[in-house]
Order: sequence, then structure tokens, then C-alpha cells
Amino acid sequence: MPNFSRSIRLGDLAHARSGDKGDRSNIGVVARDAQSYALLAERLTTEAVAEYLRPLGAGPVVRYELPNLNAFNFVIESALSGGASRSLRIDSQGKSLATILLEMPIPMPDDAGTSSPVPE
Amino acid sequence: MEMGVASGVSRSLRVGNGAGFWGDNLDAPYLLAREGRLDVLTLEYLAELTMAILAHLRSKDPSTGYINDFPELIARMGLLLRDQDRLSIVTNAGGLNPPSCAARCSGVLKGSGLDRTLIGVVTGDDVLDRIPGWLAEGVDLAHLETGEPMGVDLAGRLVAANAYLGAHAIAVGIRQGARLVVTGRVADASLTLGPAAAYFGWGWEDWPRLAGASTAGHLIECGAQATGGLWTDWTEVPDFPRIGYPIAEIEADGSFAITKAGDSGGRVNLATVAEQLLYEIDDPSRYRTPDVDVDFTGLSIQEKGTDRVVVSGARGTKPSDRLKLVGVYRNGWTASGMLAVVGRDAEARARAAGQIVLERVRRAGFALAETMIECLGAGDVARGVIVPASPPFEVVLRVTVRDPERAAVDRFCRELAPLVTSGPPGIVGYTAARPSPRPAFGYWPALVPRDLVEPGARVEIRTAAEWAASHPD
Repeated sequence: MPNFSRSIRLGDLAHARSGDKGDRSNIGVVARDAQSYALLAERLTTEAVAEYLRPLGAGPVVRYELPNLNAFNFVIESALSGGASRSLRIDSQGKSLATILLEMPIPMPDDAGTSSPVPE
Repeated sequence: MEMGVASGVSRSLRVGNGAGFWGDNLDAPYLLAREGRLDVLTLEYLAELTMAILAHLRSKDPSTGYINDFPELIARMGLLLRDQDRLSIVTNAGGLNPPSCAARCSGVLKGSGLDRTLIGVVTGDDVLDRIPGWLAEGVDLAHLETGEPMGVDLAGRLVAANAYLGAHAIAVGIRQGARLVVTGRVADASLTLGPAAAYFGWGWEDWPRLAGASTAGHLIECGAQATGGLWTDWTEVPDFPRIGYPIAEIEADGSFAITKAGDSGGRVNLATVAEQLLYEIDDPSRYRTPDVDVDFTGLSIQEKGTDRVVVSGARGTKPSDRLKLVGVYRNGWTASGMLAVVGRDAEARARAAGQIVLERVRRAGFALAETMIECLGAGDVARGVIVPASPPFEVVLRVTVRDPERAAVDRFCRELAPLVTSGPPGIVGYTAARPSPRPAFGYWPALVPRDLVEPGARVEIRTAAEWAASHPD
């Protein structure tokens, strides 16, 4: 087993944008290169994203893959407390979710080597 | 626009989108039309929330219910429309009342030499009056997310119900010579597909081409979000104040380039286009529109020079035999107020102040149905996910409520200012206007069989002079 004693911020590996559809949110995550895409395919799992966003009331997460764009689309149930017309939150449309997700720590193996992007 | 007839058109079609929502930059559509060498200017105004606002306006005055910024834009564009005789405009500015919108536009064109301009009005999306009959016939209109059938009670609270029409009626209008096509609710991508299908003479089962132009429409529908707006790497966007709005240069085979006008600000590159492609979508292998189901997973996206990205390879399949419908229903009243709070214990002061306000409303005899206290700056937007490293010295207190009774919400609105003298110290900003109660709405997304809606979808074409006479101001 590799040792994951350090981590890297998702924002160093990818860029992202989020929005809403009713009470669902989606976060499009685009890896900055093919190597990062491969890493995220393994580490940025539905379970990991659901766990990270759970304090915001996020429910089940579905991940779709777009290898042609080095990208993923995460669809998140019940993240908006009733949707844009109903939610009392200032971010009723989930516009900040992408920015929040980009702070997620992605565990990196100790032997990831120097070719991995910008470790913290 | 001189329309290419059937196949054999070799020139591409330049479609620019100058508005991504109602409230978008007022100058953008004018500048885009002036600088963009466009064949078609599209303007997309209708978010879900917008339909709720239009429903509220229509409930107060049945001659309203459309985007009233749009006739003002038409007034400003009179000269451009005369000079650029190939330019057409396709917009969903009609909202809940496309005929009145067209009539108002026609009124402002009076005397500009454009009286004989043909204007097409697309209707048939507004199905509010038909809902009770459908329910009686056993069409369940189940909520798309919860599966709950629409009851008679909820149907009675609806203020608007619109099916998402496709591109067909728009294309018919353009082919019959309309330079301005005003619709109500149509799928956003259809605003682009309609004129493209008309121009190239595509058949309605030519799935790859329909898919290509629909992808283009999806990419430009949110305006500057395709040209640098919202881009994660925002510090790399040149000249944000003059950000250019997006142009899709569509080819006869359905492939297209995304670009922007001349020396405008902003950026079009792989990153800005990829982020927008994923914006507000569900399954990327099945991006659903009324015209075609699009598969984005085979797309090829390439930068071809500065601010130019070429997209090809869209796959398409026959769409569902059901159309999306969204009902908007009244759901009480809401209001929100903000104050700034300073102090080494700013967060504690703000949370206490919020509780004081709500307690005073309760003691006045109102039990608010829903309340929320947010402490912005103390980590409440990313609540529990990202915790600020140190306690902030200043925060914004935001208190928001919703209740079936307007009186309860109104009382809440009057309790914010007194905090400044009867609450914790360090609360500032009460000179901003007291909040006002606003109507709150709920949405009911559902599916409806296509054959219940599409026979009623039509485009009516008249000259500006005729539209103006039909709805005298």
C-alpha cells in the first residue's frame, strides 16, 4: 500500500464550475492535464465528494466521465435546500460549490515523484 | 436574413448571444450586434426564477409578463437593424406574454422605417389553463425529482405552467422572413438551433447536425460565461469590464467555432469552453432538449488561434416523446435583510442579533414558518466544509425568512433597524433601505406527453405595423 501522508488541493489539479437544476447541483471538474485526470479518476470518487460536501446537506452524488475533455460532471442531490426559488441561503443556486470543492485535499502517494503538479 | 435553400450552403452562420439572463449587462447585446458581424442575435432571459417574477407581474397586470428591457433594446437597435439588413433577432423575451412583447417592440419601431419588418411570435408553451383538464384525464404530471403526482390542490395554486418548446416554430418563422422572433418558454439551445436549421435547411431527424447546433446553443446561452465569466483562472481574463459576449460560427455540417467580437475583453479558450459545456447539465452523454438528445462525450474541442475554439463530433439521437414542463406556484412570502457587524467577537454578536430579531417577531405574535441566520465571513457559505483560520473581526449578518402570511414577513422587515440601538454594539448599515416582503414561489418540474403540447405550438407572423395595431398602447 502506498502511504498517503501528504495531499494536494484539488484546485492545483483541476478547474471547475457549478450551478443548479431544481434542488440538484452539478459541479463540472476539468483536470488540467491527462495525468491529473487519471489521478482524479482514482481519487475524486463519488464517495469522496459526497463526504466532503456532506456538511452542506449534500445527498447522493453521481459522477459522469468525459475523458475527451479530461473532465468529470458531479451531480449532487438535495444540495440546495429547496432550489433557487425556495432556498433561504445566500447561495441558493450552488454557484459557490465549485470554488468550495476546489479546496478539497486530494491524497497523494509519497512516491508520486517530482512530475506531479505543484505539491503544497 | 437571406436564407440558404436546403443543402449546398457553404458560408457559416454567425450567431451571437447578448443576454444570459434577465438583468444581464444592458449594453452587451447592442455592442455584440454592432461589432459582431452577426447573422443572428439571440437573447436568453428566462431562468426558472424569472418565470416566477413574470408570473407575479402578470398577476397584477395581464398586459405584462414579458421582459420589459427587450423593447427598450429594440428601440436602441433601430438604426443597427436598418443598417444590417441581414441581422435577425431570436429571443425568449416574450416570457409569459409573447404577443404583448411583440406589440410593444412594434410600437417602438413606429416611424423608424421598419414598420414593414416581419415579426414572428411563437406561442403554445403556456399550458396553465390546460393543467386541470390533463389531471382529470389522468396525466399525472409527477414531480420530476420526487415522483409525487401533482394534486388538484397544487394545480390550483399555479400561477404559470410552461412546456419547453423546441426549435421548429422558430425555424419556420425565420424561413418565412421574420427578422424578429419572440418566443415564450423554449429550450435555451433551441434559440440557436432554430435559425441554424432554417439557414442550412436541415431535416428534423438529422441528429448529428441538430446535436452540433444545440451544443453551440448550450455553450452561448449564458452569455459571457463562455468568454471568461466565472472562469476559475479569472486573473487571466483580459479586460473584464469590456468582456465580449460569445459568438458561435456554425458550419453546414453542424460543427462550429466559439469566438467573440473584435477587440472586446474576455477570453475564449479550451478551459472557458470546457467549463461552460459542463454548466448545469446532468448526464453528459444525454443532454436533453426537445429537439435532440446530445452526447457530449465524443466531442472534440480544439483551440484554433486566439479566442477561437472549434467544436466538432457531437452525436445526437431522437429525443424523448415527453417534453419538460415547469409549473410555478405561490408559496407565501419571503424577505431578507443584511447588516454589517464588527468586533473581536463579531460572529457571536451577529448570531445574537439575528436571534433577537426573530424573538421580537415571535413576541409580536408571528410564528415564522422558516428562518435562516447566516454569518457571512464566518464560514457560513461553505458551512462545515471550510472553517476560517481565525475569528473574523467583521461579518455580514443576513437574516432570511419565509411564511405563508405577508403580515409576518412584513413585521420581520421592521425589526432589523431597531437592532442598531437596542442590540449588541458594532452593528452598522441600517441606512440601507428596509427589506420588503416579496412573494415566494415553488417550482413543479414535470414531463408531459409531446402530443398534448406540440399541436398547439405555432408561429404567427405579421408586420411590425400590424402587431402595433393589434395591441394599441
